[in-house]
Amino acid sequence: MLKDLFNKKKKYATVPSDKIKQDVPEGIMTKCPGCKSIIYTKELEKSHKVCVKCGYHHQMSAPERLKDTLDHGSFRELDAEMISENPLSFPDYVERLEKDQKKSSLNEAVVTGEGTIDGYRTAIAVMDARFRMGSMGSVVGEKITRAIEHAHKEKIPFIIFTASGGARMQEGVLSLMQMAKTSVALKRFSDDGGLFISIMTHPTTGGVSASFASVGDFNFAEPKALIGFAGRRIIEQTIREDLPEDFQTAEFLLHHGQLDRVIHRADMKKTLSQVLMIHGNRGGE
Amino acid sequence: MGQRLDFERPLQELEDKITELHAFMEEKNVDLSDEVSRLQKRLSKMEGEIYENLTAWNRVQLARHPERPTTSDYIERIFEDFLELHGDRLFGDDEAIVGGIATFEGQPVTVIGHQRGKDTKENLRRNFGMPHPEGYRKALRLMKQAEKFQRPVIFLLDTKGAFPGKAAEERGQSEAIARNLIEMAGLTVPIICIVIGEGASGGALAIGVGNHVHMLENSWYSVISPEGAAALLWKDSSLAQQAADTMKITAPDLKELNVIDEIIPEVRGGAHRNVEEQSKAIKAALVKSLEELTQLTKEELVNHRYEKYRNIGQYRFVTDTIGLK
Repeated sequence: MLKDLFNKKKKYATVPSDKIKQDVPEGIMTKCPGCKSIIYTKELEKSHKVCVKCGYHHQMSAPERLKDTLDHGSFRELDAEMISENPLSFPDYVERLEKDQKKSSLNEAVVTGEGTIDGYRTAIAVMDARFRMGSMGSVVGEKITRAIEHAHKEKIPFIIFTASGGARMQEGVLSLMQMAKTSVALKRFSDDGGLFISIMTHPTTGGVSASFASVGDFNFAEPKALIGFAGRRIIEQTIREDLPEDFQTAEFLLHHGQLDRVIHRADMKKTLSQVLMIHGNRGGE
Repeated sequence: MGQRLDFERPLQELEDKITELHAFMEEKNVDLSDEVSRLQKRLSKMEGEIYENLTAWNRVQLARHPERPTTSDYIERIFEDFLELHGDRLFGDDEAIVGGIATFEGQPVTVIGHQRGKDTKENLRRNFGMPHPEGYRKALRLMKQAEKFQRPVIFLLDTKGAFPGKAAEERGQSEAIARNLIEMAGLTVPIICIVIGEGASGGALAIGVGNHVHMLENSWYSVISPEGAAALLWKDSSLAQQAADTMKITAPDLKELNVIDEIIPEVRGGAHRNVEEQSKAIKAALVKSLEELTQLTKEELVNHRYEKYRNIGQYRFVTDTIGLK
């Protein structure tokens, strides 16, 4: 026993997700940040994690989103084993990654794979804001690129749910270049007729907003989601004036012509299904 | 010689001393030339020591030197027949980006770059080289025009970032940048990008997806400025010098990370010391790049760019995955 303490094996992300769910049970009640009312967590889950009283869209983890969007049991994950290096030898980076791996039971800030929506096959990527704020480093860029390439090869659509604070600082310029990497893959996919649907969820900012998230054939967003390039505080400091309350919300973007639609989560699957249906063969069979 | 930076102070002191001695020699009519040449030797040695051992922060300082040459300084020295073209045809003309047609060694090209101002008045007009969406959309319009007429596009990067403002957000700063990345990925003409000063974040990358990407020796290019990194990571923007080091933002760093192709050497002490010489060095790099890239077909150019970016990044695989249940 004592010996084991000293021979601690170095492992990455070894906590199984089932266990973590048992150890840290979700509270029975959840407080809604929108209207401050106390809701049964079970009730909240039944309503797509949308507050029945005020319509506040509670944040969804990647596994929750997949369950909410795809046909039951249809998801097949890709590249789950891919994890980050520490290319700049950035202090504390590895520790932070390990901490978030334990916290989220994910290896990185995006989950990618393939599944069906009302029977239509699609490649899908879902970002998870619990992991390093959903920031994009080499792994996030690579996994998204591979998901696009998978869609291309299989001639199926590519759908992404974004939730990200932007580029990951700890990987420096390599994070920035993931914006270019995902773009070259998307361009190739798009030129070949590939259908790309981007759904921006809270929050989608910085380098993710300024790359794939904004260039879908369809740009959708969830109500009240924060979407923008620069941070609100930086803008206020730069221009020295107060910003409107709805600044950089999904509704603000819709008003300024940056989005096709703002979609309530309860209608999301139905809407995606409709788009896939209209695109016929490109919507998968 | 221009304005000196803090790390150049020892040089300044020696130079002042030499000037003083010269004045003294003339005034008193005495010969101190031995002393002067001794000091000059020391100066040259000291210059070598300082300029060959620049820290990341020193390079940032040089990249921000008030007299550092801007895009237009290089355009007038490197290209001929430059004709500036304005406007994005959608909203307005953003003077933080200049672009136009020109000839380079007799060959038609399109040249586009971030444009800082030389003084406060010009900086206000040019928004300190920080573009709005219409700037990026002007660049897009000009690169599509270049593609139509099959001429190479040369981009000069020099920005503290895309402008963080209310109007910029309203008009789709994110979309403007994202759209350029996509369109540059597919452009069927050679694209050469050169970072000449500061290369901050998406605002730089928005005109930075090239077949070849070069950096001037004392420029920097990263996901965020050193000040921004320090503020975000350590909640203290005064740690910028440390961040400059940690973030690996210099030309040698980026070469090592395989993000850029060539480091274009700068004249000793920085590009501002001799714009003519510096322009020649940039010209030489351009000649070499164009020679290589004009050999490629349209399809090969697009594939070349694809491969270049497809391979950037570091990751590995573990076997004991958690996966999803």
